[in-house]
Amino acid sequence: MATALTRKDFTSDEEVRWCPGCGDYAILAQVQKVMPELGVKRENTVFISGIGCSSRFPYYMNTYGFHTIHGRAPAIATGLKISRPELDVWVVTGDGDGLSIGGNHLIHVLRRNVDLNILLFNNRIYGLTKGQYSPTSEPGKVTKSTPFGSVDFPFNPITVALGAHATFVARTIDVEQKHLGEMLRRAHSHRGAAFVEILQNCNIFNDGAFNDVSDKAIKSEHQLILQHGKPLVFGKNRDRGIRMNGMRPEVVKLGANDASETDLVVHDETNLALAFMLGNFEPPMPTPVGVFYAIARPTYDAAMNDQLKDAAAKQGAGDLGKLLRRGDTWTVS
Amino acid sequence: MAVPPEAGEAALSGSAPIRKPSSAVDAIVIRFAGDSGDGMQLAGMNFTTESALAGNDIATVPDFPAEIRAPAGTLAGVSAFQLNFSSREVFTAGDEPNAMVAMNPAALKANVDDLPSNGILIVDKEAFSEANLKKAGYNTNPLTDGSLDKYQLFQVDVTKLTTLALHDTGLNNRAVMRCRNLFVLGLVSWLYQRPIDSTVLSLEAKFKKTPDLLDANLKALKAGYNYGDTTELFASSYQVPAAKIAPGFYRNITGNAALSLGLVAAAVKANRPLFLGAYPITPASDILHELAAFKNFPVYTLQAEDEIAGVGSAIGAAFGGAIAVTCTAGPGMDLKEEAIGLAVKAELPLVICDIQRAGPSTGMPTKPEQADLLMAMYGRHGESPLPIIAASSVTDCFDAAYEAVRLAVKYMTPVILMTDALLATGAEPWLVPNPDQLKPIEVNFWTEPEGFKPYLRDEETLRRPWAIPGTPGLEHRIGGLSTEHLTGNVSYSPSNNEMMARLRARKIAGITREIAPTEILGDPSGGDLVVVGWGSTFGTIRQAVKEARAKGKKVSQIHLRHLNPLPADFGDALRKFKKVMVAEMNLGQLLKMIRAEYLIDAFGYNKIQGRPFKVSEIGNRIVRALEA
Repeated sequence: MATALTRKDFTSDEEVRWCPGCGDYAILAQVQKVMPELGVKRENTVFISGIGCSSRFPYYMNTYGFHTIHGRAPAIATGLKISRPELDVWVVTGDGDGLSIGGNHLIHVLRRNVDLNILLFNNRIYGLTKGQYSPTSEPGKVTKSTPFGSVDFPFNPITVALGAHATFVARTIDVEQKHLGEMLRRAHSHRGAAFVEILQNCNIFNDGAFNDVSDKAIKSEHQLILQHGKPLVFGKNRDRGIRMNGMRPEVVKLGANDASETDLVVHDETNLALAFMLGNFEPPMPTPVGVFYAIARPTYDAAMNDQLKDAAAKQGAGDLGKLLRRGDTWTVS
Repeated sequence: MAVPPEAGEAALSGSAPIRKPSSAVDAIVIRFAGDSGDGMQLAGMNFTTESALAGNDIATVPDFPAEIRAPAGTLAGVSAFQLNFSSREVFTAGDEPNAMVAMNPAALKANVDDLPSNGILIVDKEAFSEANLKKAGYNTNPLTDGSLDKYQLFQVDVTKLTTLALHDTGLNNRAVMRCRNLFVLGLVSWLYQRPIDSTVLSLEAKFKKTPDLLDANLKALKAGYNYGDTTELFASSYQVPAAKIAPGFYRNITGNAALSLGLVAAAVKANRPLFLGAYPITPASDILHELAAFKNFPVYTLQAEDEIAGVGSAIGAAFGGAIAVTCTAGPGMDLKEEAIGLAVKAELPLVICDIQRAGPSTGMPTKPEQADLLMAMYGRHGESPLPIIAASSVTDCFDAAYEAVRLAVKYMTPVILMTDALLATGAEPWLVPNPDQLKPIEVNFWTEPEGFKPYLRDEETLRRPWAIPGTPGLEHRIGGLSTEHLTGNVSYSPSNNEMMARLRARKIAGITREIAPTEILGDPSGGDLVVVGWGSTFGTIRQAVKEARAKGKKVSQIHLRHLNPLPADFGDALRKFKKVMVAEMNLGQLLKMIRAEYLIDAFGYNKIQGRPFKVSEIGNRIVRALEA
């Protein structure tokens, strides 16, 4: 019997080269920790990335890995997964790689529902190129390329994914190791494109971008942890919640103004409208983390492989001799 | 299978007695021209099959607008199909037609200048209405103003006769008009004594589910045939005797279909699935269409979201062990180059089919050109060499595609396969190969963990191992960053970077060992002039050189299949000639390579009109070159 794998088995011999203090370390540690729990074989696991700090990730995993070109990891992963559906394929990308140069591939891989696990590290900045604003940076952001403040309106990764009709959309935080591990497990168990936004701190170029949800002292006031079938409650003392006021959500204090848990919105992972509503939460509303949306839909890779199997069943296995001799033919003797 | 003759239709079968005199000719070049909705391509393709079945050697060239349905009756909407059928070996679709069908004034205007004096010109008389003349820009009616006097003009009431033939079918006027091409095909089939059995069969297949349309099309076809036979219009018909063709099993095929089959054949021989990632683009889309039908082989086809995803998905499939292909044309090549560079660096097998069209930018999407060569050579940043193969004829697209896969797999490298719009859509008879006689393609995945290194190189070929995910003990990472020799670990070592670049270059240069000695068509010992070409110009140059040699000129031909690396003996072969002329449909790209590589004072003959060279153009240039 094979011995159980450990975190060490998923750690490669390459030296990790992220900046000291980078949020990527925490994510790498958690992924390496979760892998053995998933019961997957190293040889059947492939990490594919594009370009950017996050995209160095595959080098550090002792699995198969492919560090490709900027923004194209979803396309490359799609080709691999379609032709080798038995493999467990992960895509690691960032806010620049996945939402700027590779935005097209990301939305198409999500709508096709290719059975991939897609981890988007969102630090709201370009790190590798040393500090330009990214497509998730807030308006007005002052960076090297925007000395007078950015006039760009940002993407929200969650609503982009929902808009592309992704079948699994979740958000977690680099330092929330337990929650991160849970989201990785959920993503892995999902059949189809599983999209996980990981809020990740770039301590060099955008330090503290997510302090409100990662700083131990204040985070519980700002994190809204989504749990399927549970009312939307948050706060250090779990004393606040989300209630609908007509078509608009509002924060209510529990026990005051006659609000009780029964008045609150109950999270439903299969409700796209609710997922959109939560995805659009911005301060002063709390920041939702967890699974926004998870539904079952046939995957592209399975559907294509079914077509191939059907064709072989109906037409028989390919016969090259016959194929070449089809069409307008004649014999010259 | 012959069509069962019905009463009064005995003349329809090819073996039936011919009532009018028939004269024998060596070869005929006919062009069908009409509105893009007139079905000229269909008429042309069916006439091609009829001619192939009659034993002629044939070559065709379709010429259609990029607009699927430009406004009817305008010059922009003219679609044409030219066929050369001959009792001798045919190398091209012919410089100029002997006979032309013009379905409307626009088709006449766009094509008639190519018809030589005394050429046969068949027009649909009723299509020359005032409105249509105006749309085509005619101030006076060419049918009556004497401007067509130098041709054998046959004014046929195609519209009226088709309408009469179909009066009892109950079809509306629009549907009836769409049968005019079959009337013309029937008429032309009679004129050249082609049996129409194959067309009947093809119509039966096409209209299997619409018996009323089948009936109408057959009626129009037969009406046209009988009209030729019974009217006084034509004094005689013509017969082109069968050509001496190598015995065997033949198939009428287009270049894109042949290329697709070459890819499937290679994947079957390699015993691996074929994966095509592609984005629709003229004139490459037919490769996607062809391969999408062969799922049972198995063939995966992904219509990607863009050109980059097309090549990207293929790279992913190559990483996983598939025979990976992407197909495109110039604008798509521009977009794919970064990804191709990744495949060069990662050393993964991949075939990129570049079906060249006239550029730059959108250019003329349906017209041929050969101006992507230097992009294929040098279009990627960094030192990024890869093998380049060009198909020289429609049927050679099969062999070239097969060879591209073989080299890609054997050397773990992307290979660019170049054809063009002319080859892609042109049709030729193909002597169907026996799959058992194709070269073997061996895929040996590395499986042994002991001694495995991702960039360990084979001593002879310098290829690295193909170690695919799913293989226990071989887990490794590859990527675009500079990597260390053997281990493949990321490395910024200056000397390692140069060594790896040189190793990759040597690997590609070593492919000369796969290339047969340069074939000199003409006089292998040398002479006054050699005409060098590559790609679709083969047949035209071949014919021109043959004709010049027949007149005693000391001229030969060298046609390249491999553009990178060039054949090892190519320079020596060129030096056997006093003059070297490079004929290409660009402004001198192979010429630059030859001058740079061999310091030979070659000169170019170039044409970038979106049209192939004519035999006469090459021939005249040969004469001038020899006189200079």
